[in-house]
Amino acid sequence: MKVLSLNFLTCAVKACKSSSDSYPLHPQDAELVQDEIELNPDMLINVLPRLDWTALRTTSSELGFPALPEQAPTAEELQADEKMIRDLHHLLLETQISEGKLVCANCGHQYAVKEGIANFLLPSHLV
Amino acid sequence: MEQPSAEAYEATHVHSVYNAIAPHFSSTRHKPWPLISSFLTAQPPGATGLDVGCGNGKYLPVNPTLHIFGSDRSENLVQLARAERNGEVVVADALSLPYRECSVDFVICVAVIHHLSTRERRQEAIQALLRCVRAGGKVLVYAWALEQGTSRRGWDEGSEQDTLVPWVMRSKGKPDATYQRYYHLYREGELEEDVVAAGGIILESGYEKDNWWVVCSSKET
Repeated sequence: MKVLSLNFLTCAVKACKSSSDSYPLHPQDAELVQDEIELNPDMLINVLPRLDWTALRTTSSELGFPALPEQAPTAEELQADEKMIRDLHHLLLETQISEGKLVCANCGHQYAVKEGIANFLLPSHLV
Repeated sequence: MEQPSAEAYEATHVHSVYNAIAPHFSSTRHKPWPLISSFLTAQPPGATGLDVGCGNGKYLPVNPTLHIFGSDRSENLVQLARAERNGEVVVADALSLPYRECSVDFVICVAVIHHLSTRERRQEAIQALLRCVRAGGKVLVYAWALEQGTSRRGWDEGSEQDTLVPWVMRSKGKPDATYQRYYHLYREGELEEDVVAAGGIILESGYEKDNWWVVCSSKET
């Protein structure tokens, strides 16, 4: 799963939805793989308004990437900054979590990631 | 005899069936439906969306400029979506979706909610889809129609709406295996009623090839 996905995923437990601790999920024992994907600047510039930048900064540092700026760039800033486009492309689209766990800091539930697929099915006591 | 819960019933007549028939089912599901393809093609580059109940992921590559996240209840179908289409996919239940609220630009949900065995659960599923889209984001829902008089199945107005549909799996050197899948067949107008009950606004709706469909959005917009 791509790092981009992690920005849209939260704990599947209903009782966790109202807690700010349930997002973002925290990768644990994550094995990363890199894909080479053709860069399409529009796909990055247009996804900016949909990103939760604070969560992305957390994820990025938890995965050992260099710190992202505190504020999200504007579309104009990103358009003019080729290096930043490349860096974001690399982080969001080319970096994949292939194995490991995603942990909810509210309920502590661990979602397994195997062969790049996270499993969000809940045991019956959490549904 | 005690009635099984809706969850247990769906586990037998939906979830385990799809896991068992996954490769065979997948081999018969390659052609995207035109209306869904044009919905996806109309989204701008970089738009984010969900395909809830993505099955083998046949809609994921339709518009490669989108960020589209697929999910399905069947682990075996999700694995196929990843292996065959390099889909960005997770295993998840439509009634416990793992997505942040108001996060994506659009959602498609094709041939999924008719597998939920009570009206309450079908409406709850639509509500869950509506929760995922941003203000103004569109949700496209497809479900099997009761009115399909011209199809080989022959159901029509007046037929039983809650039904088991056999899936016959033929494999070389083995006897045919028949699996019974549960369906709720939607009558005309019912899908719209469920969307409204779920708090949605109907933007468009119609009938295409044995299915009722709606494009809706959430009320806050």
